Amino acid sequence: MQRRTLMKAALTAVTLTALGTSAAVAENPVLKIGFVGVTSGPAAAWGISNQRSMETRAAWINETGGVTIGDTTYDIEIVSFDDQKDPKRAIAGMEKMAQEGIHYVVGPNVDDGAAAVRPVAEANGIMYFPYAFPKSLYEPPASNAVLGMVANYQSGPAIYKYLMDEKGVKSVAFIAANESDPLSQRDGGVAAAEALGLDVVSANVTYQVDTTDFTPVLTPVMRTRPDLLVLSGVSPANAPQLIRSARELGFEGIISTETAQDAGVLAEGAGDLANGFISVGGASTPELASPMMNEFVQRYTDMFGEYNDESNTKVYALEYILETLKADPAAISDVDAFKTTMDSFEAPNPYMNGDAKLRYVGMSSFGQKRQVAVPLVVNVYKDGAFETLFVAEVD
Amino acid sequence: MEQILANGVYLGSQYAMIALGLTLIFALMNVLNFAHGQMYVIGGFVTYTVYGQLGLPFVVALVMSCVTLAILGALIEKFLFAPVIKGSAREESTMLLAAGIAFFLDALILIIFGEKQRGVPKIVNGVFNYDFRLIMPYDRILICGLAILSIVAFIGLMQYTKTGRALRALAQDRTAAQLMGVNVDRYSMIGFALGAMLAGLVGGLLVTITGVNLGMGGPTSIKAFMMVMIGGAGVISGAIWGGIILGFMEAIGLAVLSQYGDITYLLIFISLMIFLAIRPQGLMGKPWG
Repeated sequence: MQRRTLMKAALTAVTLTALGTSAAVAENPVLKIGFVGVTSGPAAAWGISNQRSMETRAAWINETGGVTIGDTTYDIEIVSFDDQKDPKRAIAGMEKMAQEGIHYVVGPNVDDGAAAVRPVAEANGIMYFPYAFPKSLYEPPASNAVLGMVANYQSGPAIYKYLMDEKGVKSVAFIAANESDPLSQRDGGVAAAEALGLDVVSANVTYQVDTTDFTPVLTPVMRTRPDLLVLSGVSPANAPQLIRSARELGFEGIISTETAQDAGVLAEGAGDLANGFISVGGASTPELASPMMNEFVQRYTDMFGEYNDESNTKVYALEYILETLKADPAAISDVDAFKTTMDSFEAPNPYMNGDAKLRYVGMSSFGQKRQVAVPLVVNVYKDGAFETLFVAEVD
Repeated sequence: MEQILANGVYLGSQYAMIALGLTLIFALMNVLNFAHGQMYVIGGFVTYTVYGQLGLPFVVALVMSCVTLAILGALIEKFLFAPVIKGSAREESTMLLAAGIAFFLDALILIIFGEKQRGVPKIVNGVFNYDFRLIMPYDRILICGLAILSIVAFIGLMQYTKTGRALRALAQDRTAAQLMGVNVDRYSMIGFALGAMLAGLVGGLLVTITGVNLGMGGPTSIKAFMMVMIGGAGVISGAIWGGIILGFMEAIGLAVLSQYGDITYLLIFISLMIFLAIRPQGLMGKPWG
């Protein structure tokens, strides 16, 4: 059934894309937006959710007549490149974007890829929206990168503080994959926990990224009996297995992460054992999602067979790019104009209920506005779905 | 100590099963099957679909994984490897073909099963807990037992059946086996199908514990190659010992060295390099191949 549904979805997607492309050629000029990220290998879910979010939104815009920037109405074309989580490939991807005359790129998904493409982006006048956390990418003199989500050093302290105040958490253990992103997130988490006065009982245990059975890895961590177990930078593929192993080893405390997860994956991989798992999400919990967000989820599902909850945070980057271009049409080919507009840009957030705004933030963390104001929605998993634990804002 | 031993036995049994299929194919055809990990992943996805999605009994899903991979393996051997082996004396031709098949299967898995991590309901609930000195979920104990049984059954097949004798003869000397009346083409296909079936079986077994995703293929192949190199390429008993040794090294390293970060595999690789420098043919392999 799964296979049939996915095959149908893939065929539908190909057909829609083909129709959309021909329609675009026939009616409106095309505005190309790039994506450079990982869409193969163990971390493929991160990049594919990015790419599919962009493709869903682009198809939606094109179907409804295009996006009007200044006096011109454009159809959107997403130009994608799989960097395979390899910095060398990420550079090649960004060079391809430059050759195609693209000035706005979403990605890369990981730290080393985002750092590697910086010279190419700056030399070719490309603004890029990585999902990578190193502050040097966003602090002056860097100016072409815009953080596309909430960083762990922003969400981590908020989660730990909440758990200390509300759940009486006093001790914490960290576990991370032996890779640059999770390790740097672990280090940031440890520093934040210590600054808040938490007792860090274990922080050195790491695992190979290709680990499939975490019982041996977690056994020494469980012996430290923490109140809170933080899965630093955990990928959606590893999270269910880690949760399941920890619970089976008798861990009864709280488990959290600062990365986005997918409820379906947690349900399949850990079942009820994932109840109470805390992660960072976007705006798709029923109480927060606007009608437009619900329609986005439906369109994504129709196009690709099933939705990915990670897209709750990844729906935003393309919207920010287009809305900022609308605010200053000259920025279509002039990223300096884009940068100037970022300082004062503000537009309604169409994906959230209430009066949330799209705006650029980051003054506190980076000294300049180089982060999209994605709402810091902290979710808790319960019986196959996420519930909102609390919502905060990042400055 | 009890926990380390239990983890070692558990990891060793599953690793041995992964290595068995790879070494069988190498022994029979001198082919380094880089797509072995992808075959393992397909086995996991078939079990996921049949057991997790369609709700059929787990045993049916396992059989489906085995049958699917056996057919896939037979087709790959008949239409891809056999013509290349006949047409090219260069070993790198089959290596490139195997790498190409691995990439192709990765792409196919992404299209058919998607990018997400998949998991299935537990086949047995509950955890064995001996005074917190030995903790092992019952499903792991069951899978470990099934893996050991499968290995014993495989050894029995190779030792006591006509097919097994023919395959062993083929592995020892292809020309001599042909002169003795063994249908080389047919048994090459059967051997490759059997190797692929083992990958499907272990993929189906382990999806109940580890889940499955499209990125697992490459790392699984690398681990399988390590075990085969430790035990001796093309030697069935070597693959089993290679798996058990790697499983115990991993279990001991993760328990003893956990506070020093992820240096377990660093030490395993260093040990492997030193070991191969001293004994390049592996534990049970012969220096002449």
